[in-house]
Amino acid sequence: MAKTIRVLVGKPGLDGHDRGAKYVARALKDAGYEVIYTGIRQSPEAIAKTAVQEDVDFVGLSLLSGAHNELFPEVVKVLKAEGADDIIIFGGGVIPEDDIPGLNKAGVEAVFTPGTPIKDVVDFIEKNRERVEAK
Amino acid sequence: MNLAPKVLAGETRYIARALTWIENDRDGKEALIDELFPHCGHAVVWGITGPPGAGKSTLTDQLITRERRRGRRVGVIAVDPSSPFSGGAILGDRLRMQQHATDDGVFIRSMASRGHLGGVAGATGDAIKVLDAAGFDTIILETIGVGQTEIEVMELADVVLLVMVPGLGDEIQALKAGVMEIGDIFVVNKADRDGADKVASEIGYVLDMKYVENPSDRNPICLVSALRNEGIDEMMKVLDNYLLSMEASGCLSDKRRARIVSEIRRIAATKVEETVYQHLDFEGQIDAWVDDLFARKHSPYVLMHQMLDPLFKELESR
Repeated sequence: MAKTIRVLVGKPGLDGHDRGAKYVARALKDAGYEVIYTGIRQSPEAIAKTAVQEDVDFVGLSLLSGAHNELFPEVVKVLKAEGADDIIIFGGGVIPEDDIPGLNKAGVEAVFTPGTPIKDVVDFIEKNRERVEAK
Repeated sequence: MNLAPKVLAGETRYIARALTWIENDRDGKEALIDELFPHCGHAVVWGITGPPGAGKSTLTDQLITRERRRGRRVGVIAVDPSSPFSGGAILGDRLRMQQHATDDGVFIRSMASRGHLGGVAGATGDAIKVLDAAGFDTIILETIGVGQTEIEVMELADVVLLVMVPGLGDEIQALKAGVMEIGDIFVVNKADRDGADKVASEIGYVLDMKYVENPSDRNPICLVSALRNEGIDEMMKVLDNYLLSMEASGCLSDKRRARIVSEIRRIAATKVEETVYQHLDFEGQIDAWVDDLFARKHSPYVLMHQMLDPLFKELESR
């Protein structure tokens, strides 16, 4: 039997707009994944520690406030410090195209901007299934 | 990898991984439990159950805070339902507990029911063993939002807190069999709302009938507001006293022995089922059987006897 993939969906920082995150959470549930939804206003440390306890395969970060260049890499950093560098991180929200290469370089493997079909997110997860299958 | 030593050392990442192995029924799961089992038995397990939206997660959050104040390490398993269609799940209980996310004395794990029907997941029993062996003093098991018959929590917890709220029905509901019978402590949450007193008195009315011969044994009923942090300290006192009296009366060890009985039964049934299905080539045969029965060639009992009797005879002749 294929492993059940677990995904944390969370919002770091002070942005309270969570409709996008909830939409993604629900769609990933419908795609057959177990989604841990941590809600809004989480510190990068809280997200990383939650990801470790929940032993998730992916962390999806949502942010619409513009602080993604600071907060997304911070989550990556704390996850590494926790020894969880095998967790795959992706992000979404209002993120300028110009910021995406920098985020990729910082360890955010995919960035989904407004208007992305949810299928792209599912495809990204499925493409990486092999990397998490052995856990 | 041998996870057991790292679990016993309390390493968060490996406790988490052990729970994943158990949930996925991975090779090595049984050996892991075998190694952890001698180290279990220290933790006290509190079950929190009740209907969806009753405030179980918010109450759990408050209980974590109280236990941390007393210096106890807390493990939480919060179960939510899996989708019967996609198999996916939204696990949102811990959202109410995120103030404890960075406290290393608290470990919270969300668990999807994965088709298991008793209000918990099939993996919950073994998950409790992992947290127990990892040194958590108090383990809180929060069930899915239950209806009337999801009562497996009583087989896993030392004490069950049944969380009720105003607005769900009259005392006839409280009279019924099932979930109303498994509460050790009845917690009426959202006590700031109209009707909470009435719910408490209706539960009391029904319990009075049950304990008409020995009224002093009647289960405690607590009125609280988990969100407003009201009545929780009083409820903790009730809980502490309840556990003490369970221990003194021998009721706690009776309960734990009964838990072992049901666990052995469950493991035996699973192993027998797996073996029998394999012998029958169940997956290979099922379509042919369905064809026969659909065409009314046999009754299901005749067919199953034909398949199983040779196997049972072989067992008997041993």
